[in-house]
Order: sequence, then structure tokens, then C-alpha cells
Amino acid sequence: MTLMIGIPRETAAGEKRVATVPEAVEKLIKLGFKVAVESGAGDAANFSDDTYRAAGAEIIEGAAKLWAASDIVFKVCVPTSAEVGLMREGGTLIGFIWPAQNPELMQQLAAKKATVLAIDSLPRQLSRAQKMDALTSQAGVAGYRAVIEAANAFGRFFNGQITAAGKVPPAKVFIAGAGVAGLAAIGTAAGLGAIVRANDTRAEVADQVVSLGGEFVKVDYEEEGSGGGGYAKVMSEGFQQAQREMYAKQAKEVDIIITTALIPGKPAPRLITAEMVKSMKPGSVIVDMAAERGGNCELTEPGQAVVKHGVTIVGYTDLVSRLAKQSSTLYATNLFRLAEELCKTKDGVINVNMDDEAIRGLTVIKEGNITWPAPAPKQSAAPAKPAAAKVVAPAAKGHGHGGSGAPASGTKTAVMFGVAALLFWFIGASAPAAFLGHLTVFVLACFVGYMVVWNVTPALHTPLMSVTNAISSIIAIGALVQIAPPLMGGGDRPDDWIRWLAVAGIALTTVNMFGGFAVTQRMLAMFRK
Amino acid sequence: MSASLATVSYIGATILFILSLGGLSNPATSLRGNLYGMIGMTIAVLATVFGPRVTMAGIPWIIGAMVVGGSVGLYAARVVKMTQMPELVALMHSLVGLAACLVGFANYIDPAASAQLTGAEKSIHEIEIYIGILIGAVTFSGSIIAFGKLSGKIGGKPLLLPGRHWMNLMGLLVVILFGWQFMHSESVSAGMIALTVMTVIALLFGIHMVMAIGGADMPVVVSMLNSYSGWAAAATGFMLSNDLLIVTGALVGSSGAILSYIMCRAMARNFISVIAGGFGTGGGAPAAAKGSEQPAGEVVAVSAAETAELLREARNVIIEPGYGMAVAQAQHTVYEITQHLREKGVNVRFGIHPVAGRMPGHMNVLLAEARVPYDIVFEMDELNADFPNTDVAMVIGANDIVNPSAQDDPTSPIAGMPVLEVWKAKTSIVMKRSMASGYAGVDNPLFYKENNRMLFGDARKMLEEVFVALKS
Repeated sequence: MTLMIGIPRETAAGEKRVATVPEAVEKLIKLGFKVAVESGAGDAANFSDDTYRAAGAEIIEGAAKLWAASDIVFKVCVPTSAEVGLMREGGTLIGFIWPAQNPELMQQLAAKKATVLAIDSLPRQLSRAQKMDALTSQAGVAGYRAVIEAANAFGRFFNGQITAAGKVPPAKVFIAGAGVAGLAAIGTAAGLGAIVRANDTRAEVADQVVSLGGEFVKVDYEEEGSGGGGYAKVMSEGFQQAQREMYAKQAKEVDIIITTALIPGKPAPRLITAEMVKSMKPGSVIVDMAAERGGNCELTEPGQAVVKHGVTIVGYTDLVSRLAKQSSTLYATNLFRLAEELCKTKDGVINVNMDDEAIRGLTVIKEGNITWPAPAPKQSAAPAKPAAAKVVAPAAKGHGHGGSGAPASGTKTAVMFGVAALLFWFIGASAPAAFLGHLTVFVLACFVGYMVVWNVTPALHTPLMSVTNAISSIIAIGALVQIAPPLMGGGDRPDDWIRWLAVAGIALTTVNMFGGFAVTQRMLAMFRK
Repeated sequence: MSASLATVSYIGATILFILSLGGLSNPATSLRGNLYGMIGMTIAVLATVFGPRVTMAGIPWIIGAMVVGGSVGLYAARVVKMTQMPELVALMHSLVGLAACLVGFANYIDPAASAQLTGAEKSIHEIEIYIGILIGAVTFSGSIIAFGKLSGKIGGKPLLLPGRHWMNLMGLLVVILFGWQFMHSESVSAGMIALTVMTVIALLFGIHMVMAIGGADMPVVVSMLNSYSGWAAAATGFMLSNDLLIVTGALVGSSGAILSYIMCRAMARNFISVIAGGFGTGGGAPAAAKGSEQPAGEVVAVSAAETAELLREARNVIIEPGYGMAVAQAQHTVYEITQHLREKGVNVRFGIHPVAGRMPGHMNVLLAEARVPYDIVFEMDELNADFPNTDVAMVIGANDIVNPSAQDDPTSPIAGMPVLEVWKAKTSIVMKRSMASGYAGVDNPLFYKENNRMLFGDARKMLEEVFVALKS
């Protein structure tokens, strides 16, 4: 039995997306499904009925007929009760449900003995689930669009330019919240050439911000803001105070603020006060991506762009719909991936396997029984990273010195050893014992010097030279012992000559001795962290 | 103080000297290292003065000489500017060399020193005197010339006499010949003639050697002379049968030798060719003229204000200082700019080429003087991989050490020399007085690269303008 997937036209006001696109229709058919599309479903996203038909879909006039014909319905928006009424008994529904916010809808669907997979309930921390993660794909689109809306409302270039007509400074963009939407906004704004700063209560996203070309602005307060599962949590009062100060400072400096701060199951946090809006430069833009949930900015009017205190505040709640073709394509791919998981046999029959962690999480109603909320999935060790942060591997180079080069070739080494052996034999054969004692000391000291000096950091090579200089004035000892040795009765010793030579020697070396140590001291005292 | 006690004190001093050099492995421990050196020196001098080989009659002379020498030394150490460090170090080398000569002569004319030596011992003692004076004389005259070149009293261009290698060889033969005569001389006065002739030749050799070396090779010369002064001390130690002098001389000698080696490697040249001289002939380098064609492209000059703009928009900045920064005394302004940028969250680092400046580590000392924290000052090898992620690479008064032809052009005279890869940064800014080529006399294709900007003018003046523009 081949199942029919139905794609109704979205009925919500302003919704331009569609749950599947012709490209995905072809793939769904390859999985063994039949696909029916309500006439005009893709019009708003620039997908005509003909293109669906060409991809192999059946076009059905009217919602009632489509719902009746479909075993499985793909939807974008939360279905209205009228739509649920049209639904076939025991059918399957896949789309955004938000079960926590819509308890009546859940009851209604359960009454229909339906099986419902809520794409918003996907366990996002499973890496396997990322291909189905519609929240991420749609948030990415929204983040992109938010920057475009900001650019549209902003009266200047984003990138700095030096043109014949004068110098244009780059726009400064501040992005509050570095979730998926925030990161997409950072990447887009940086790509347009703006100077991008971003903040998030979760300190671990700082690297991702930087990797996309943003600058992470820290809140000057120690607290971990990760609420598990990659979401943020409510912060303490002290933190919020410090955060407000930071936002107030940024508001004065930047041209554009894009806020994306949301906390699951709570109204959006108020980040931008009316005071901060007043402090912004005239012509500045705020895009409040949290407008639907009350807004991060005090003055946001959901669904509208308003100008207050000379600042354009964009509170559109349909940012994703404003890029309907792109968001529909991504959403369609997410749903196709889900269909693939449900139909591993590729015979057009779905199997809602409740042992599969991803599908268990998605399934909020199974054959009329409410199965939401799913038990918490096994916590993955690493926090999920929605955006692939580019990891720049630091060149792990050790200290550049100390390693002798490649070992010398065998013959060369042999020759050197031979010459050394000959030399040592000659010395040993002819030199007196006392000299050999000094030679031993000399050779060993050369090796000690070699070892010690290779350890000297190159930054200190100048002090090294001056201190070795000072030390080499040890030659003074040679002069000291000559100046007035205990006389051994030798009458013909030219005392005066020797004394004057020795006195000159002492004077010269003490210049070095004192000067060398003093100047080294002076230099080293300057080195500081 | 007994002889054994003096010897034990010498061992203590030896250990302290080794610890002193060991302390320099890290700036944090370096001051303590210097202190060890001072204590070691004090112990050694006191042990000698109060030891068995000096009688009370000598004390006034010693005190007099030390007061004179010490005050001169302390005065010089206090007034020297950090940019003049290479000159000071060269001058100090010459003093060690001269002292080694004087001690050698005094030892030779002292009949007591060799009275009880016979046969092989006497010959070895005489060889030791001869070699000690030889090294001392070469160090002395070479260092004086190096001092003159570094302080600008003598031109930086190498002096290339015709047949200079033959002259050096002749000198060496004469030295060996007189060495033979010296050892077979019957009396001290006969030996003196040979000794004096040799000393004069050694002095001339030192002068000739350093005169033939170009300005860019000065770091090698300074560290080489450092090494020589150590060997002079070691030779004196052999002459006097004093282990402390031998050990200390060996430490200093190997230290200088290693520094010379590092410097040579950083210029991709071998030691012999540096010593043989002839590099850095300025306009006259024939290899540059025929080897590489004129780099194509246009030089883009920028103003201080535009430089400030580039810096303000950068997130990663690497500054490469060179001798030009030292000449212009611009290090303090560099630090002010650095501090300003760091406060704005810009990651500013310094990349130091091993041969930047006129002596090893010269740039580090200048930056330290300007209070730049040493943990943002890096070696070339540590930074080269980071240039692709750098927004602005600022080259201040350096040329050859950032020349891409060292890597790209096998015919270039500096081919194979490791260089700072500034052209890989998004933008490089080169601060220079003019388009003149560096000491190697090689044209720099970096200036013609598309992402390079030139900021012409005196480094200090331009940097001050940049700083003013940054603050506004």
C-alpha cells in the first residue's frame, strides 16, 4: 500500500512558505510515496502548480479534497482547528506543532486518532538529527533576512569604502544572541563588510562568533549561561545588570542592533530599553527577531517597522516568509530527510519507530495517544554546535632552537671522529699532565656553555651578550695576580713594567665588569609582562 | 686565605656564572641570573685579591685601578641609550681584547711566571702566551672597527681591498713564522720582537676583517667578537693555569659562537662567507641587477590618517620592527599605538626577525625599553603561520627581512633566507624613508604587491601622526 503525502496551501495570514518544493517531490516519489499538492500551495514561494506537476505530483483543487485524500500531511504552520477538522481519521501530520503552547490542538489531534510528528520537538543535540533540524534551517534564513531588512532601513553602506567621493566608514552592527539566527546574521553582516560585534550569555559560542568574522563582546560578570541542550537560561540579577550596562554602551556606539534572544518557554528577555533607543544615533536600525514573543526591545511593535526617536525598529514576525523560496526549499529538504528516516524500506510505507531516539522525540501523538513530552534523550557529551565553527589549527611549533638539524651523514661523521681522535692522540702523546687537566676543564666547559646558551630565549640575546661581556672581564684575575705576587727572589723582574701593564689591565676589565653588569641589569629590568 | 680556599671560591664562582647564563632562559628569571653573575664576579675577585698570589703591596694599586675602571663603566652603563647598545657591546669587547693582550705581555716579561717550567711545559706556555695575545689583539682592533661602524663614525660599506684573501693568508703565514722564532728565541728581548710583530699583524688583521664586512652582517660580527673575547679569556686561563678563566672563557666563547651561528642561519649564509666579507655592497651588487627583473606593479602610498583607519578596522595586527625603528627612536610611539589598539580589543603582536637590528635581540631590548610586554613579542617562527589571519602587518623600518624574493626568486642574493611572510596578511603597510633598497641591495617585490601600502617618511614622525589620527 503506497501512502499519499498531501501538501495543503498554508492558511496563516502572511505565510508564504510551502511544506515541500518540486525538487523534494521527486525525491519523495523515489522513496515510493505518492504526492498530492493543493492547487496554488506554492504560488507565494514562486513554485507554480505546473512545476509540481512536472515533478510528478498530483494537483488537487481545494483544501477539503486534499486533506481527505492524504495519508500523511506535510505542513509548515501550526494547523488551525478547521484544518484538523478536515483531517482523515488515523492520518499522520508532520509540521510545526509547539505542543507546549497548543494543548487544545493536541487534544483535538488525539481525538482524530492521528499520529503527529512535531518538527519543533526534534532532539537537536543528536548529530544524526541535524539534517532534519527545521528550526535551525529556518532560523538561519531569518538571521540572514534580518540583516537584509536592517540594510534596507539603514541609510548607508555596510562596508567601509575609500572612494573618489570621500571616505565611508563601515557600519557597526551589534548582534544580541549568537544562536543559529544570530550566527547567520553575524556571517551575513560581516560578509557585507560591516564591523560585527556579538554577545551571548553562553560563553562557549565566542569561538563561533569569531570564526564567522564577528567580535565577541563579553559581559563583565562571571556566570555560566548555558541552560543545557544548547539553549540559554535566565541569568542572575547581577549578571543582568552588567549586561544592561554593556548593551547601553553598545547602543551608543553601533549603527544597527539585531536582537535574537529567546529563552525556551519564556517571554523574550527585555534587552533594549527605551533609554537605549534614545541614545542611538539618528538613522540607526534595530531589528527585533524576538518580536513574536514580545520582543527584546521595549519599543518593538510586533509585525511592523516603526520609527521611534529617529531609530527604525523592525519588528517583523514573518522574516522567514519574506524569503519564502529559500526557506521552503530548506524546510522541504528537512521534511524529506525525516521521510527517509520514517521509510527506510523505500516502499512508500512509514514506520514510526518509537525505539529510534530522534523519531521518539519528534512524535508527540502516536495513534491518538499523546506521547509528549518525550523522555530526555541521553545527554550527548559535547554541547551541540548548530553552526560548524571553523577550527583554525594553531601551528604547533615548538621552540625554534635547541634541536640540532638533520644528523650528519655517516662518512662525514666518521671523518670528523677520525680527525678528532688523531688530534687527541697527538695532544695526549706530547702534552704534560697539568695541561691535560686544564684541557679537560676547557672541553667540558665548552659543552656546558653550549647547553646553557641554547636555552637562552632569543628575546634576551642582547642581555646575553652584555652579561657574557661582563663575565669575560674575569680576565681581571690574570692582571690581579701579576700586580704584586709574593716575590721569589728573582732580582731581574721588571716590576714597574709589569705593574703598569697589570694596572691598565685591571682598569680596562673593571670598566667591563661594572659596566656590563650594570647595563644588563638596566636592560633586564625593562622586560615586563 | 689559603690556596685551597681560593680554589673553592673559584668553583663557586664558576657555578654562579653558569647559573647566570641559565637564568637568561626566561625574562622572569633573568634578573636573578644577572645577580648570580655579579655575586660570582665579586667572589672571584675577592678570592684573588686576598688569595696567596697577591701581597698587601698591590692592594692600593688594585683599588686605584678598580675605582677608575668601575666608575667609567658605571657611568657608561647609565648614560647609554638602548639604541646604542650594539656600539657599547662592541666597545666592551675591545676592552677585553686589549686586557688579554696586556696580561699576555706582562706574563711574558715576568720571569717568575715561567721560571720553573721546562721542556714541553715551557713550549706550551709560550704557545699559550702567543695565542692569547693573538686573539686578544684581533678582538681589540676588530671591535674598535665594529664600534666605529655601528656608531656611524666609519661608513657601513665594506672595504674590499684587492687580493684581500691573499693578504689574510700572508698574514697568517707570517704569524706562524714568527711564532716559530718566538719559541726558539734565547732571551726575552729577542722574543719581544717576534711578539710585537705578531701583535701588529693581528691588529691589522682585525681591522681588515671587520672593514670588509657590510652593515647588514653586523649582528654576526658583534656576536663573533663576543665569542673571540671569550676565547681570549680562555687562552689567558691556560697561560696562567687558572681553571676559572678557562671555564668562563669557554662559556663566553661558546655563547658567542652559538649566537653567530643563529645569526648566520637567519640570513641563510654560512659563517665563512660572512667573515670573508663583501656582502651588503649597496648599489654595487651585481647579482641583484642581473638576477631578478624589476618587479612589476605600482607602489601605493598612503597617509598617516589612512594608516590609522586601516589599524582601527583591524582585529589582528602584527608589527615587524627593523633597524629603521631604532634609528628613528620610534619604539615609544609604537608602544603608545599598541596600547591604544589593545584597549580596543585588537590583537597586536610583534614579530621579530633574528637579524632585525644591529645585534642579536636588539629589537627585543628596544621594545622592552618602551614597556611593550614581552609576551606579545614573538619570534619569526612562532608567527609566520599566522599572517594569513592577520588584517594588518605593519613593517617599521625593515626591508630585507620581509622580502618575498628570498622565497620566490632563487637567483636573489638573499634566496633561502627565512623572512617574515607579511605579504600573506590582508594588508601590509611598509614604513620607510624612501624607496631605497635595504642593506642587501636587493629590490623588494613586496612594495609592488597589490595588498601593500607604503607610508613614506621618518618612522617616528609618521607614527606620531598615526597615533594622533587613531585617537581622534
